[in-house]
Amino acid sequence: MKKRKATHIPTMKNIDSHSHVRGESIYVDDIPERQGTLHAAVLMASIAHGKIVSINYTKAQKKEGVVRIITSKDIPGENQIGGIIPDEPLFAINDIHFQGQPIALVLATTESIAREALHDINISYKERPAIVDPIEAFKKGHLHIPSRTFKLGNTTNAWKKCTHIIEGKADTDGQEHLYLETQGAYAYPVENGHITITSSTQGPTALQRTAAKVLDIPMHKIEVDVRRLGGGFGGKEDQATAWGVMAALGATVCKCPVKLILHRMDDMKMTGKRNPYRSTYKIGLDKQLNILAYEADFYQNAGAAADLSPAILERTLFHCNNAYYIPHVTARAHSCITNIPPNTAFRGFGGPQGMFVIEAAIAKAARQLGVKSRDIQKQNLLENGHVFPYGQKVEECQAKPTWSALEKKQSLKKIQNNIDQYNATEKHYKKGLALMPICFGISFTNTPMNHARALVHIYQDGSIGISTAAVEMGQGVNTKMVQVAAKTLSVDAARIKIESTNTTRVANTSPSAASSTADLNGKAVEMACQALRTRLLNVAAKSLAAKPATVTLQEEVVYTNNKKTKIHWEDLVQLAFLARVSLTENAHYATPKIHFDKSKEKGHPFAYHVYGTAAFVVTVDCIRGTYEFDAVDVVHDFGTSMNRIIDLGQMEGGLVQGIGWMTMEELLYNKDGRLLSNALSTYKIPDIYSVPKEINVTFLNTDGNDMAIFRSKAVGEPPLLYGIGAYFALLDAIQQFNPAFEPEIYHAPLTPEKVLMGLYG
Amino acid sequence: MVQFILNTQTVQSEEPLGMTVLDFVRYHKHLRGTKIGCREGDCGACTIMVGSLVKGTMQYRSMTSCLMPLANAQGKHIVTIEGFNMEQLNPAQQALVNEGGTQCGFCTVGFIVSMTGYCMENAQATYDEAIAAIDGNICRCTGYKSIERACQQLVKSLQKKPTQKPIEWLVKKKYLPAYFTTIPKRIKTITASQAKPKTNSIAVAGGTDLYVQRPEDMVTAPANHVFNQNKLKTIYAKNGYVYIGAQATATDMLESSIMQTCFPKMDEYMKLVSSTPIRNMGTVAGNFVNASPIGDLTIFFLALNSEIILTLKNKERTILLKDFYKGYKKLSKKPTELIHWIRFKKPSKNHVFNFEKVCKRTHLDIASVNSAAHISTKGKTIKEAHISIGGVGPIPTYLNKTSSFLIDKKLTPALISEAHKILNSEISPISDARGSADYKRLLARQLFFAHFITLFPSTFSLQQLVVESA
Repeated sequence: MKKRKATHIPTMKNIDSHSHVRGESIYVDDIPERQGTLHAAVLMASIAHGKIVSINYTKAQKKEGVVRIITSKDIPGENQIGGIIPDEPLFAINDIHFQGQPIALVLATTESIAREALHDINISYKERPAIVDPIEAFKKGHLHIPSRTFKLGNTTNAWKKCTHIIEGKADTDGQEHLYLETQGAYAYPVENGHITITSSTQGPTALQRTAAKVLDIPMHKIEVDVRRLGGGFGGKEDQATAWGVMAALGATVCKCPVKLILHRMDDMKMTGKRNPYRSTYKIGLDKQLNILAYEADFYQNAGAAADLSPAILERTLFHCNNAYYIPHVTARAHSCITNIPPNTAFRGFGGPQGMFVIEAAIAKAARQLGVKSRDIQKQNLLENGHVFPYGQKVEECQAKPTWSALEKKQSLKKIQNNIDQYNATEKHYKKGLALMPICFGISFTNTPMNHARALVHIYQDGSIGISTAAVEMGQGVNTKMVQVAAKTLSVDAARIKIESTNTTRVANTSPSAASSTADLNGKAVEMACQALRTRLLNVAAKSLAAKPATVTLQEEVVYTNNKKTKIHWEDLVQLAFLARVSLTENAHYATPKIHFDKSKEKGHPFAYHVYGTAAFVVTVDCIRGTYEFDAVDVVHDFGTSMNRIIDLGQMEGGLVQGIGWMTMEELLYNKDGRLLSNALSTYKIPDIYSVPKEINVTFLNTDGNDMAIFRSKAVGEPPLLYGIGAYFALLDAIQQFNPAFEPEIYHAPLTPEKVLMGLYG
Repeated sequence: MVQFILNTQTVQSEEPLGMTVLDFVRYHKHLRGTKIGCREGDCGACTIMVGSLVKGTMQYRSMTSCLMPLANAQGKHIVTIEGFNMEQLNPAQQALVNEGGTQCGFCTVGFIVSMTGYCMENAQATYDEAIAAIDGNICRCTGYKSIERACQQLVKSLQKKPTQKPIEWLVKKKYLPAYFTTIPKRIKTITASQAKPKTNSIAVAGGTDLYVQRPEDMVTAPANHVFNQNKLKTIYAKNGYVYIGAQATATDMLESSIMQTCFPKMDEYMKLVSSTPIRNMGTVAGNFVNASPIGDLTIFFLALNSEIILTLKNKERTILLKDFYKGYKKLSKKPTELIHWIRFKKPSKNHVFNFEKVCKRTHLDIASVNSAAHISTKGKTIKEAHISIGGVGPIPTYLNKTSSFLIDKKLTPALISEAHKILNSEISPISDARGSADYKRLLARQLFFAHFITLFPSTFSLQQLVVESA
């Protein structure tokens, strides 16, 4: 291990890549089964609303290989998995609130037997009408929580000052996460009634806490272990819990290991998705195109249980003004109960749904006033000193810098001229252009969740093991943790191993979500490593009989007064070990400064904001209604990126996911609450041919923010928001062909169907 | 029993022949690098390479192991990621690592198998073809740009690859493990013949539809596995007809020089059909028999006024493909009667052909509406016209009235507008996950127009046709 150099490489490769490309990375279903493992299949409701009249399990129970059918009656504790509000049973007892609601768990010796046995269970229902439309639910008063209102200034008075007032509607459909690895968990009993659950979850503690409640045992009897996820995107923040709890319940009841891996179609039927929203708005501008006032009502389709929807609703309000300063805002949001699966977190967490509405309002206003959307957008960008509708001051604002960098880089005028020329001569194809600025707040909006811990062991051979609350799901957080430790301890990254995320090593964790995982856990790792470094330097100082202040560690070697000594990292660790100095450190980090008062709906909820601007050019085939994105140019505020490969990957991936949401990903429920697009054959996410031909990302050099780890800003969610620009570029192209086209409701996604109907509507 | 080479090992198995290769390798051979993403051939996470001995050398094709019955592995070399791994990363693996083309890693193996498989092709590597090789692989994390960059790197590294028998070069340059050179010899010792079919069994070819529709009962259902009947994979021309074997895959058609001569844009059309691994599995007869109202190949051959030759106990009969469909999923066919050949008259110089398909996603998707047109003209007069359309009725539709109306008429916008009215009376679209009835009706018009705009660009423009039909 000697002769290594410390590494802090801003382009360090994802530490998992090597095992990923060899197929040697282990996901839940890859864990070798223990002897006697039972396989589980979930019995789900086939109606969206009503009561169970009778269930007959007899035939299924008699089937060879079926070991046990577990229902709510087998639950020792509470039949309850609701996270924010206790409104969601693990297994339905009588009442059914959505199609796909779990009723029972069949345990059998093989997965196929368990699945076949599902067909042998007869259920009769008494059906009731289903509600799938949030506005219908709102009118009936079906709300998960009381409606919330964010207010700035006074819109009632402001309308009088407006030269132009435009009203309209804007809807966004849901979005299936489509993590490539479906939900799943593997639980096995260990001695004394303890259970270990290996789960594909973003929230190990949520699973531990909920399993403890359902099993009626203390949390310390449950160990949740997470190696990595085959994608999460928010879909496994809260909604991985049920499957882990079911496996644990099965393991407890049958006293043997239980594995539950959802089939794709079952996963799509049973789990919640990005909340669809329906919204109405009113926007007022003065003669100079300054937005003076904005009012909006957001009707969130939350589904049958609250899940994370109340928190998602809040973020819709936080981002209702996107990157614009509006002095008078009244935004109301309503979390509506419907008979579809409980919707949940998805990259952006309600923010994108709110931002789509202000962009729709600007687009409609621009059309009515005969100007370009970007004239209004540019005129109203946030600046330092402005205030957000929730009372936080705008600081270190990069809205205008990213906008003008994009204008400069791409010469918008030239692009527009080229498009105009193309559209004037080309009859079968039309091009459209749209800009999309973004502003996204970083922190859990629920202040108490903004904390993390790290446990760092230096082993006596100088190698290092780190545990944090961070869950690796492809976002590269473990790689960033290695970078933080390597730099702080001045050691080679190869010495560092990131352990699985495990509730016995790091307890009481917040889920890996809200883009803050690297910040929170990175800060904790940094603190732990700083403490160890100081401790080790004291050991070195003692050994060299030098003053601690003169001793430093550089690239694995101890220096005194900037002179190299003979003490190498491994020697130093040995010295400390023999001196009985602890080589372990545990650190706790809680984001400073943030607070929010829900009674006033004011405060300082975010550590900082992330900004950027993107330009979309699209070409529409006016014969067929199909389209291709020529290019997306982005200028993004990464702060000082600590890993350009990972950050670029988040940017490109998030952007494409956002484009998918706005274009081809169509989540269709019929009026009976049945999901029609319930498989990969009917629900289409972008493939390699449907991504923009070019994605050009410019890293805007900014100082970053102290509250970002290494001043490298959070990058998980913000890129998705750019995707909204895809909708408006398409709309522009449609209107180039059919100038009369004005959608009654701006309704995303703009599928080839809606495009063709618009071209000829 | 089934026997084949799995990576380096010759394996025999008594498992049901209908079990998927995916379940066999993951749960019986504990090779867990191959992932399960969807079990319907739509994500590519379970992609494997399947090698067959063709004229003394191994030919490898990518396939989705979730739809492949174990029976179809008989006599093949099945390669999973474990069979590609060497001590050091191969250039495909290294390129993906270098470019950050793997995030959560779950889809990655499928991409690596497709990319490494692409290296084995007997052709000069090009960027476009490398991308085409991964068109069946879905990634939810990266947005594909890093994967595109990795493909660029990989293709660059392959520029000196010999275009014939490249395996040795690939082994020497550490793209493949050394054992690949021994496979042709070893594979000869395994019989390629299949178990005899049980009576009253269902014919299973590539499995690309049956294993999507009935995954659970296909495992043990009595089956007649016909995919490896090599004599029914050929495509040849005889007596003014082109004959296509029932077991020819979409890839076989795409690569056939006869088909390419008849249809210069064959490559473009076929690349709208599903994805590379599915085209490597799905057969022409399978597409006809599954009777989907939007079967791409069915629509293609309907417009050629094709005939099918069916066999039952050595008795042959020939019927027009358009007479094969009697109602939704109802066929003019006895249960055990099998399609052996498809034939159509070789197009003359006066014939033009066009195929159109629109879906939510251009590639790897099922059509909302698809259509084909086969027209011969003399001067400006139509002498023969066959138009087919899918997705607008219970069966893949041959537009009888529309087609016959066009014959002996002059090609004018007014004619097309008139014909469109007839077309409208021949279709009955319904609303479903692939689009509303209104949309499909509009799309049917647009694709009908698209045929004429594409085939006779100097005669028709979009604006003219739209104005004319308004």
